[in-house]
Amino acid sequence: MSALPATPAPTRAAAPEDALLEVRDLSISFGGLKAVREFSLALPQGRLAGLIGPNGAGKTTVFNLLTGVYRPDTGSIRLAGESLVGLKPCQRAAAGLARTFQNIRLFPDLCVLDNVRVACHMRARHTMAGAIARTRAQRGEERAITEQARQLLTTFGLDQRRQELARNLPYGDQRRLEIARALATGPRVLLLDEPAAGMNPGEKRALRELIRLVRERFGLTILLIEHDMGVVMDICEQITVLDHGCTIAHGPPATIQRDPKVIEAYLGAPDAAAARPDAPRSPH
Amino acid sequence: MPTDPSPTHLHERARLLRPALPGALAASAWPFLACLLAAAALQLWARPLLNDFVAKLLLDIGTNVILAVSLTMVNGFTGQFSIGHAAFMAVGAYTAAAIVYYGSYRLWGDALVHGGTLSTMLAARDGPLVAPGDLLFVAALAAGGLAAAACGYLVGLPSLRLRGDYLAIVTLGFGEIVRVLIQSQTTDTLYDAQAIRAAPWYTLPRHLGGALGFSGLPFYSSLFWAWLVALLTLVVAYRLKSSSYGRAFLSIREDEIAAEAMGVHTTRYKVRAFVLSAFFAGVAGGIFAHTVGVQLNAQELGFQRSFDILIMVVLGGLGSISGAAIAAAMLTILPEALRKPGDLAQVWPWALALLALGLALAGVGRHRGGWARRLGVLAIATGSAGLVLALLALLALARGVDLTQYRMVLYALALILMMILRPQGLLGIREVWELRAPPRLAPRRNRAAGGESGTSGQEPTL
Repeated sequence: MSALPATPAPTRAAAPEDALLEVRDLSISFGGLKAVREFSLALPQGRLAGLIGPNGAGKTTVFNLLTGVYRPDTGSIRLAGESLVGLKPCQRAAAGLARTFQNIRLFPDLCVLDNVRVACHMRARHTMAGAIARTRAQRGEERAITEQARQLLTTFGLDQRRQELARNLPYGDQRRLEIARALATGPRVLLLDEPAAGMNPGEKRALRELIRLVRERFGLTILLIEHDMGVVMDICEQITVLDHGCTIAHGPPATIQRDPKVIEAYLGAPDAAAARPDAPRSPH
Repeated sequence: MPTDPSPTHLHERARLLRPALPGALAASAWPFLACLLAAAALQLWARPLLNDFVAKLLLDIGTNVILAVSLTMVNGFTGQFSIGHAAFMAVGAYTAAAIVYYGSYRLWGDALVHGGTLSTMLAARDGPLVAPGDLLFVAALAAGGLAAAACGYLVGLPSLRLRGDYLAIVTLGFGEIVRVLIQSQTTDTLYDAQAIRAAPWYTLPRHLGGALGFSGLPFYSSLFWAWLVALLTLVVAYRLKSSSYGRAFLSIREDEIAAEAMGVHTTRYKVRAFVLSAFFAGVAGGIFAHTVGVQLNAQELGFQRSFDILIMVVLGGLGSISGAAIAAAMLTILPEALRKPGDLAQVWPWALALLALGLALAGVGRHRGGWARRLGVLAIATGSAGLVLALLALLALARGVDLTQYRMVLYALALILMMILRPQGLLGIREVWELRAPPRLAPRRNRAAGGESGTSGQEPTL
């Protein structure tokens, strides 16, 4: 397999040195509930980061804020220096933000190939009239889209099943198809919402490799939500921990594992934690 | 790896993959030419062989195919629930009617048919193929379609931001508004050539006949026009469905949130589908308005009509173009068949034969998904439906009941049966020609090796 590319994807404008995705003080409340409070995150190009926290901590809400499903009360989101606040989800996808969903959201009655081809549509340039007239440009783009989708499916080992309906795929294949579909949008940042949920240990092992390789091959920056600590601690280079909407820790996996606040959030009221002032703190 | 699917290279690849010019032109144009030829053949060759009743029925089928297929673009492709389709038909019908009627008076001083052989419902063939009146009619159809499309845009832009039920309510309301607006006009149609010539042109669209209906329209609609538009609608719908835009439409139906996350501008696409659908409905309205024996009245284009169209789409299978067309044909023939229970009762030997054939086919085709089995099931369904209808007709004959009164009851029964036996409609989202055996699943070997979950998930496949 190819090694990590020395430079990011060549045709893209260089991001500001500091961060490709930069989130500052993002907050949202639903009624009286502050679902996310002052969430900040900076992901440099090529980083593989994790977002963890107990159930209901606001992880998926952060994803929904990033992708534009919700509108934040305050805060800013910048992708390569461009502000994303106020853009619709489809415009954010066009800007280079792709995601998968916690509860798989494929297009169940479309075939596997079409699921991926839908995601390529955004970058097609022909018009609807062109599609009806079947112009040369349209035919060329249609072929290019199919070719690209099949390459992606081959990469994910799904090309054999391209004509099956997405709903008929086994669970693990559906998860991978969702990642393939997200990649077909041509993202710079990929958001994975619990990619290992419901997978058996063998599938999880395969998924880890897949995520690493996908990042190297496509020069991606990845942020993933995951409950499986084995997966998170193994592949993530930086981890942010949320609890009740607040960021309680941020740092490399080794630090996070020993952070008393994190342990408290996951395991509940610790008498021991207060008694260990020498425990390593998160950098924040 | 040399062929990384790097997304940024799509356009460069697309340029390389373009087909050669001459072949591409032919491939783009031939379906449209084929529509033209088929419609002309129907008019010039088949029409003299048919009796007037069958020809009129065929004309109505053409109109309904346009309506059902155009509604499929909204309800079937994008999954939005529009139930005011007849309103677009009404807008198109009245626009076209006003243009043809008053245009005729202005141009020729009367409202007679000034068309050629292509736009006559008569079996006789003499005179030129195309005459000036045809041009007026075509222009009126186009104007009707555009007016309906404009209405579609105005209604769709705000309401398509809403989901599901809201759109249904808005379209229902729009339909009733259009009907009431037209019916509440108090100005009668003008019949006097002098008065029509004297009136300023922009006042003429106010004289649409109101509640009395717009009478005296020339009968331009023929098998040629109806089926030309119907076939064109089919081509457009099919090309749309099988293109990147069609997949974007379908993705909205499948999962709107996921579609949006994959870069599909859902609101824009819903509006586009809605506008295109309204356009064809408007053209169908124009054809309907100029059909022999029709006295244009908004009363007929109310929500009852909308439901007739909706039933066609649902019966045919939401998303299936050919399904909608087949259902449109069936539901156009059905009321006529009910009108003549004597003829309908004679269907039973054929229905029985079809049923037997279906049973035999289903017996031969052992595989559940095999084509013989599928054809067999289709034949059994058609045969038993025919048998039931024949029995009903016999019953009606014996009791002296007018079956046409029970049309809506039969529709409702058909829909209930459909919901129980085949909730996805006649064809689901597939087309007739896709009803072959489904593609083989993964090779047997793999399935055995892969175990229960995630067949090939055991090793990274990158």
